[in-house]
Amino acid sequence: MTSTLTSRLAIAALTASFAVVTTSVEAETLRWARAGDSLTLDPHAQNEGPTHTLAHQIYEGLLQRDMAGEIIPALATDWAVTDDPKVWRFNLRQGVKFHGGEEFTADDAVFSLKRAMKPTSAMKELLASVADVRKVDDYTVDIETVGPNPLLPNNLTNMFMVDEGWTTANDAVEPQDVANGGENYLVRNTNGTGAFMMVSRAPDEKTVLKANPDYWGKGEFPLEVTEIIYTPIQNSATRVAALLSGEVDFIQDVPVQDLERADAQEGLKVVKAPQNRTIFFGMNMGDSDITADNVEGKNPLADVRVRKAMNMAINREAIQKVVMRGQSDPTGVIIPPFVNGWTAELAAYPTPDIAAAKAMMADAGYADGFAIRLDCPNDRYINDEAICQAAVGMLGQIGVTVNLNAQPKAQHFPLIKNKETDFYMLGWGVPPFDSEYVFNFLVHSTTDKYGSWNGTRYSNAEIDALVVSLATETDTEKRNLAINKIWETVQSEQLYLPIHNQILNWGMKDNINFDVQPEDQPHFKFMTFSN
Amino acid sequence: MLAFVIRRVLQALGVLLVVGFISFCMFQFMGDPVEGLLGQEATEEQRRELIERLGLEDPIPVQFVRFVGNAVQGDFGLSYRLARPVSELILERLPATLELAFVSAIIAMALGIVLGVFTAINRSGFAANFIMTASLIGVSLPTFLIGILLIYVFSVQLGWLPSFGRGETVEFFGWRSNLGSWDGLRSILLPAITLGLYQMTLIMRLVRAEMLEVLRQDYIRFARARGLSERAVNFGHALKNTLVPVVTVTGLQLGSIIAFAIVTESVFQWPGVGFLFIRSVEFVDVPVMAAYLLLIGALFVVINLIVDLLYFVIDPRLRSDRAGSH
Repeated sequence: MTSTLTSRLAIAALTASFAVVTTSVEAETLRWARAGDSLTLDPHAQNEGPTHTLAHQIYEGLLQRDMAGEIIPALATDWAVTDDPKVWRFNLRQGVKFHGGEEFTADDAVFSLKRAMKPTSAMKELLASVADVRKVDDYTVDIETVGPNPLLPNNLTNMFMVDEGWTTANDAVEPQDVANGGENYLVRNTNGTGAFMMVSRAPDEKTVLKANPDYWGKGEFPLEVTEIIYTPIQNSATRVAALLSGEVDFIQDVPVQDLERADAQEGLKVVKAPQNRTIFFGMNMGDSDITADNVEGKNPLADVRVRKAMNMAINREAIQKVVMRGQSDPTGVIIPPFVNGWTAELAAYPTPDIAAAKAMMADAGYADGFAIRLDCPNDRYINDEAICQAAVGMLGQIGVTVNLNAQPKAQHFPLIKNKETDFYMLGWGVPPFDSEYVFNFLVHSTTDKYGSWNGTRYSNAEIDALVVSLATETDTEKRNLAINKIWETVQSEQLYLPIHNQILNWGMKDNINFDVQPEDQPHFKFMTFSN
Repeated sequence: MLAFVIRRVLQALGVLLVVGFISFCMFQFMGDPVEGLLGQEATEEQRRELIERLGLEDPIPVQFVRFVGNAVQGDFGLSYRLARPVSELILERLPATLELAFVSAIIAMALGIVLGVFTAINRSGFAANFIMTASLIGVSLPTFLIGILLIYVFSVQLGWLPSFGRGETVEFFGWRSNLGSWDGLRSILLPAITLGLYQMTLIMRLVRAEMLEVLRQDYIRFARARGLSERAVNFGHALKNTLVPVVTVTGLQLGSIIAFAIVTESVFQWPGVGFLFIRSVEFVDVPVMAAYLLLIGALFVVINLIVDLLYFVIDPRLRSDRAGSH
């Protein structure tokens, strides 16, 4: 009896250990779906989320963001500013091979960065501050910027490395010219250093990747996924159905109304995290009279008391609860929490107080309120039109009669760019994770280089100078002080009416362990499975 | 005959031009493709450059004439979204749509005729009444709802059929087909039923009405009196005489099956031309939209032309008119 028990235990232990061994080498195929497909395989031809996501599996940059959004080394092992504050030095990883067997060296890094700076590249804006890229030795590269650039590494997270020999031999030194319908070898063929290699691809249908057997990151990353089958499913109901029926294992872009259902279903879960995108309203405060209102001869939005009153009238928690079904993070500032410059103080928002807001309106001379048109997209952000509808009711309580004009994004965004709207909704992401990016586009007055999305017409020479100074200030402490000062002005002037940060949801099988990445970029080399 | 054909072809070309011009005017209200092409970080200078290159600042008639001029030479321009020649994109996706339309037409015909005959013969039976009532669903529910309903039942609840995509495809002489593999057949079933349901009910009701009409006729009574079997009477004599209008209607419906595949394709992520069109609308991809609308316009025009020619063949009065004018 005892002996049989022991032998049974031994067998059980043996099978268990076998099981462990087999699972670790077992092929784990991941079937993955999201709304859109990658637009091109040329890693420098498009600066767009789904395109980068696919590229990140195949190609790598000198550095990358991990699943928490932190910058980690990839093809460079370390980097630092040299004695010359305009020069960054990158030490490259040695012994890395491309999928085609070519070795990765400084020549490839220099070639790739220069390729990304060419006129047909979509990544060139991120490298606008770069004056020159130089090879120091086989595994060292210097990047010289026009002025000191403390944020250079933040701009390199999606800057992929290609092999010089392979790219040149296939006549693809120039990135694909998307605007002119250009085509090159790299649009359909890949040769990266990444954890996965291309097996087959039918655009908009199906892409199959398999694990790279010679990946340098073995031991450093889990690398449990051995095959990826990627199918874009544009219709959200179909996408959720595919997850519920078990035809896919992992989906991005779970629609808000289906979250609970997907989460409740046995064997599935939904993982959430704040997204790198804040939703807010912008107001034309700069013009002396505006066309979207019913007030003649003056602009009610030019009065800071009106803007403060409107800010106070918006009940962010009600929007979170009713419109977003809890899937938002109400905020009082137009950047998400992980962006440099964010503080809890900035993100604090006023408790809605209709009486106080009305008093401020009366103070400003608008006791009877006014009417204004609100321009809103209806296919860009999560529940965008519903948020605007909620705001219409809230602002109505303080006498601001809002006429909602909700339309598709292709019609909405030109209104902001062309300064044809006086009150609008906008959402903004911060890819470099630093406030400077927001200031450049949304706070600096509109000039050829800055403020292209600043629909508020706000123009303050002192703030503009401060914004410009951020680009070259290498003293982190001084720089952060300046950032803080700009935010104080933005908040006291109530330049924008922040609503909330969007929340990202990924739906997946229960046995998948995967955190939501704030940029909505899954890096599958980090994915693990529990059996 | 030749003059008639030439006249009809010229009329058809006129229709196509009008379709093209109207759609071109509508595109102006769809928004600005430049935003989508350049992204939020583009500078003013890049915007100006792109607008100039795409010729978007020219007046609509100028853009239209340029489009027609190129289209006549078979050049439909480049897709803004995918940066590839539009004709290539459409040709690549057309087989998927045609196959889906073909399979759904077959299903609609087969089921429609069988059920139509059944309900006509067993007019007052419980099953027939049930089928007639249930067929109202096919007529009254919108396609996307039927699609989602089918996905819910057959994919999510029962897990029998895939909910999206084409599955495995097999290539025959460069034509990627779903009909060559088990997985492909499983994948095409739900979208084909969704697309064909309306046509099926239509054919069923048409066959039923025609059958009821025919079954009342004397020759059926005589056939019965001669002691022919029920099967021979119903299928050999009655059904044959109901098929002429059915074939006409099915032919005409084929055009709308292809054109209205848009909804079905986007519900089932079917990589056909309709799905391409929907994506293009979201992106304001004018060249693709224009080419697609022209294609659908041409399809309808061609089908109508064929029908007109058939009438010409069938109806002797059309011919004698012409002969009389000599």
